[in-house]
Amino acid sequence: MSGHTKMIGQGIDRVDGRLKVMGRAKYAAEFGTTDTVHAVLVQSTIAAGTILAIDAMAARSMPGVIDIITSENAEKLHAAPKLQQAVEFPLLQNNDVLFNGQHIAIVVADTLQQAQEAAAAVTVRYRPSPAITSMDGHDATSREPSQKLNGTHAADSATGDFQAAFDAAPVKISALYETPVEHHNPMEPHATIAAWDGDRLTLWTATQAISGTQQALAAFFGLTQDHVTVICPFVGGGFGSKGNTWTPATLAAMAARHVKRRVKLEITREQMFFSNGYRPQTRQALKLAATRDGRLLALRHDGVTATAMPGVGEFVEPVALISRMLYACPNIATSHRLVDINQGLPTYMRGPGEASGAFALESAMDELAVALKMDPIALRLRNLADSNPTDGKPFASKPLAECYTKAAAAFGWDRRTPEPRSMRDGRLLVGMGMATTSYPTNRLKASAEVVMLADGSVIVRSGTQDLGTGTYTTMAQVAAAELGVSIDRVRVELGDSRLPQAPVSGGSMTTASVLPAVQEAAVAVRDALITMAIAARKDQWHNLDESVLILRDGAVAGPNGQVDIGGLMDHAKVKSISKTVDAAPPQETKTFSRHAFGAQFAEVRVDPDFGTVRVKRWVGAFDVGRVINAKTARSQLIGGIVFGIGMALMEETRTDRASGRFANANIAEYLVPVNADIPDIETILVETGDPITTKLGVKGIGELPTVGAAAAIANAVYHATGKRIRDLPIRLDKVMA
Amino acid sequence: MHAFELIQAASGQPAKGPGAIFMAGGTDILQLMKSNVIAPDQVIDIAGENLRGIKATATELRLGALETMADVAAHADVKQGWPAISQALLLSASPQVRNMGTMGGNLLQRTRCLYFRDTSFACNKRNPGSGCPAIAGENRELGILGTSDSCIATHPSDFPVALMALGAHVAITGPDGASRSVALADFYRLPGDTPQIETAMRPGDVITEIVVPASEAAKRSAYVKVRDRTSFAFALVAAAVAIEIRDNRIHHVGIALGGVAPMPWRAAKAEQALMGAAPDDATFERAGKLATEGAKAAGMNGFKIELAQRAVTRALTEAAHPDAGKEAL
Repeated sequence: MSGHTKMIGQGIDRVDGRLKVMGRAKYAAEFGTTDTVHAVLVQSTIAAGTILAIDAMAARSMPGVIDIITSENAEKLHAAPKLQQAVEFPLLQNNDVLFNGQHIAIVVADTLQQAQEAAAAVTVRYRPSPAITSMDGHDATSREPSQKLNGTHAADSATGDFQAAFDAAPVKISALYETPVEHHNPMEPHATIAAWDGDRLTLWTATQAISGTQQALAAFFGLTQDHVTVICPFVGGGFGSKGNTWTPATLAAMAARHVKRRVKLEITREQMFFSNGYRPQTRQALKLAATRDGRLLALRHDGVTATAMPGVGEFVEPVALISRMLYACPNIATSHRLVDINQGLPTYMRGPGEASGAFALESAMDELAVALKMDPIALRLRNLADSNPTDGKPFASKPLAECYTKAAAAFGWDRRTPEPRSMRDGRLLVGMGMATTSYPTNRLKASAEVVMLADGSVIVRSGTQDLGTGTYTTMAQVAAAELGVSIDRVRVELGDSRLPQAPVSGGSMTTASVLPAVQEAAVAVRDALITMAIAARKDQWHNLDESVLILRDGAVAGPNGQVDIGGLMDHAKVKSISKTVDAAPPQETKTFSRHAFGAQFAEVRVDPDFGTVRVKRWVGAFDVGRVINAKTARSQLIGGIVFGIGMALMEETRTDRASGRFANANIAEYLVPVNADIPDIETILVETGDPITTKLGVKGIGELPTVGAAAAIANAVYHATGKRIRDLPIRLDKVMA
Repeated sequence: MHAFELIQAASGQPAKGPGAIFMAGGTDILQLMKSNVIAPDQVIDIAGENLRGIKATATELRLGALETMADVAAHADVKQGWPAISQALLLSASPQVRNMGTMGGNLLQRTRCLYFRDTSFACNKRNPGSGCPAIAGENRELGILGTSDSCIATHPSDFPVALMALGAHVAITGPDGASRSVALADFYRLPGDTPQIETAMRPGDVITEIVVPASEAAKRSAYVKVRDRTSFAFALVAAAVAIEIRDNRIHHVGIALGGVAPMPWRAAKAEQALMGAAPDDATFERAGKLATEGAKAAGMNGFKIELAQRAVTRALTEAAHPDAGKEAL
C-alpha cells in the first residue's frame, strides 16, 4: 500500500468530467463517418395479427432511399436461445405482430430526413387478431414463470405455515397494491452504428453490456466472438434499458450488411417507449399479521406482473424477493405469476423487483403500524432480522438499525405527531413518512489489466461500461492507490470488447465486480516491481521484509532511498509492466445473505383543495458498504431518490386499451420530476463495509436509493391526509377524491 | 418529417398555397412536423417581422404578436396592470420555451391530446371523419366543457385563458393586407362536427397584435394553475379571474377556465352571479360551482369538474386578497 491509499473514499472529481462538459465525450451515435447512411425503423400500429403485405413501392422511389428491409428480404438470423439478454423479437424473421409499435421494417437512406420521410410513406396491410393489451381483467389467466427470478430464485417460497399463523394472529392487515408501466427514459436514446469488413462486424452502440452485445451479435450472425467488436466508451444513462441487446442494435447490423455501408440507427424518444423494455405493471397482494406488540407472525406477498407474449420473450418482475429477506418472521410465503399481454418485452428498471415490491411491502408495514398504533420505526426495529428469514444465512453486514436512527435524527422524526392530518403549514397539510430500502449485493467474475509504464504513468483496462455513474473515476482511484501515483497519472480504458471481459453494468454490481480485478492486477504489478527493485538493490534490500517497500510517484521506496521504476524497466529491457487478472466472487459469498440497506424519510405538503403532493424534504441513510468515491456515490444516491420521487408521484406509461399502443410515448406527457419537484436531499452514509463480497468492502449503490422511496412518500401522504393510496403514481385526482 | 422549403417572410417570396405555414418561435410547429401531425411543403419564417412592442396606456395593453412569452411576463407594466397575464405566462412551459414562444403562436398552440399527436391513431381533428379514440380512451387530461361527439380535445395554453377573463381582442391581417379585430371569445371555434376548424383564422391570416383593455379588475387579476408536476406541465385545470370590488361589493368580474375545453372557457354565468355580491368565501364557492355548469365527464376526467370549481374559488380568493400570502404548491 502507499501514501495514496487515502484517495479511496474521497470525493474525487470525475476524471471524465471535463470531456463531458466540453462536449468531447464521444457517445455511440457520434462515431459516424461521412459515408455513413441512416436507418429508420417502421413500427406496427396494431397489437396482434399478421402482416399481409408491406407496400414500400412509393417509399422505395423517394429521394435518397437505398433500400427497405422487411421480413421478405431480411437476412435469416441464427437463434440465440442460451443468451438471456439477447432479445430475439422483433428481428423481421416472420410476419407475426405481437405488440403495437413493433419494428416491422427498416428504411435505409442517405440522410436521416430522407429515411424518416420514406418510413412515414410505408403502408402496411394486416390481418388483425384479438389482443390482450393490459393485464387488467386477466389475472385469472396468470401462469407460473418458466424461468427463475433474476436467473437464480424460485418463483414461490414458503417458510413455516403462513395460513395457520395468519388465521390465529390477533392483528392483521390485507391490501392490494398496484404499480403501472414505467419507462427508463435515459438522456441518451439508444443508438447504434454498424460497420462490416468482410465477416467482421464493428458495432458502436449505447449499451450497459458490451460483452453481452458481442455474444448476442456473434450468435445471431453465426460468427465467432472475435469477429464482433463492440465499442461504447460513454453511456448517457441506462437505468436498465440498455442491459439487453435490444433488437435495434441487431437490426442496425442487419441493415449495414444488407446495404454494404456503415449504417447509423438512432431510436427517437418516442421509439424508446417501444424498443427497449419497460418496468411492467404489477399487482401485489400483501397480508401481514403480528402480535399486539408488533412482532410479525405471518407475511404473504403474491405478485402478478405483466410480461410479453411467448413469441416475444419472458421477463419476471421479482416483486416479492424483498419480502423473503427484509424482516424477521417465522411464516413467510411469496409467489410470482405472469400475465402474457401484447406488449414488448419488459425488463429491468432501476431497483427491478425491489422498487415495485418495496412500495407494497413498506406501505403494508405502515398500514400495520397504524393498525397497531405503533411508531413505524419501532415496528421495523422490533422485526429486525439477524439472519435471512427464508434461507437462514447470516447477513454479511447489516447496519440497518443505525440507518433508521441516524436518518430519523437528521430528519427530526420526533417532531412528527402520529395522527393523520395533525400537522399543517398554513392551509397545507404536512405529512412525514418513512420506509426501509434494501437491495442485494451482486458480484460477477470480471477481468482487468493494469499497466505501469516506465514514466510512472498507469493504464487500467477493463471491458466494462461507465453509465455515467463514475466507473472511469473509481477504476483510476483504485489503481492510483495501489501503485502510489496521483490520479492524473492514470488513464482508464473501458467500453471496448477487445479489453479484458467484464459483466453487464446492472444490478448495482460494477464496482463490486470490476474494482477487485483492478485492485488485484495493480497489486500484481506492484509486487512485480518490488521484486525487480529488490533484485536491483540486492546489496541493501535482499533480506528485507518486503512490506516496508512501497511504490510512490514512479519509484520503489524503502529504507535508505528509492529506485526509479524507469530505471528498473530499462535494466530489464521492458517498456512496461502489465498484469491481467480474472477476479471472481469468493466461495464464502454463497454462505452469507448479502444486501445493502437503508432508511428513507420523506416530508410532503399536500394542498387539501387540489390534492397536489409536493416533496419538501428528504433524508436517507444508506449502507452501501465501503464508499470508493464520496462525490459520485452521493450523485447516485440523490439520482436514485429523484427516480423514486418520479415513480411515486408522476411516472406512468399509459396504454390505449383499444389498440394496445403506449399513448403518452414522449417526455412532454410521460412526466418525470423537474428541478422544482425536488427538495434538498440529505444523504447519510452508514459505512460498515461488506467483508465477504470483496476485499474493498463495497456493496452497490445504483438501485438502493430508488427502493422504498415511493412507499416513504405514500406513507407521508397517508400521514398528511388520512388517505392510503395503494396504486402508483400518487396523482392529485387520487388524493383529492 | 416531410421535406419542406424554408422561406424568410422578408424575402417577399409568395407562398404556394395550402401547403404553406407561418412559423414564429417554432416551439409547437416543429414538434408537430417531427411527429408528422402536420406536413407543410413550405414554412414561412416570420420571426424577423416587425410585430413587436409592449405598450401599456391608461386604457389598454397592446402586445405585438412576436413578443416572447418571457419578455411579456417580465414587463413591469404588465405585472402592474394585468398580473394574470404575467402569472399565466410564467406558469407556462419552461424558461427555454418562453424565450422562443410568442404571443401569436401561443394563441394557436395545438392540443396536447395524445391521439392528435400520434399519427397511428384516428383523429377527427387531424384527419376529419376518421373517428375519435380519445372519447373511450386515455382522456384524463381532456375536455369537460364545450366538447362534442367528434372531439374532446382541450386548448393547452395558459396565456389566452387570462386574455379571456380580461376581454382581449386579437388583431389579424389577411393576405390582402386588410386588418380586422376579433374578440377572443369569437376567435376560437368549438369543435362541433368540424374539430379541424379551431379558430377564425383564414388561409394567409397573420395575428399582428393582441389588445387587452385596462381596468381596475385587470389590476386585480390572478391566475391559478393546477398540474401534475411543479413546473413544465400543461394545466389539468386553470382559472383566470379579474375582479373589481367597490364598497365590499363585486363591481366587475371576469372568469375563464383553462385545460377543460377546446378553447379558453369564459364562465359567463358565474360572472353574472357574482355581480353585486359580497366578496366572501360563500360567494366564491358558488361561483366555482356555476363555472362548470354543463360539464360532462368522458371517463377518466371526471375529477376535473370539482377541481375546476376549486380552482375558480381559489383564484377569486387570491384576486380579492392580493396581499395575502400564497401557499401554492
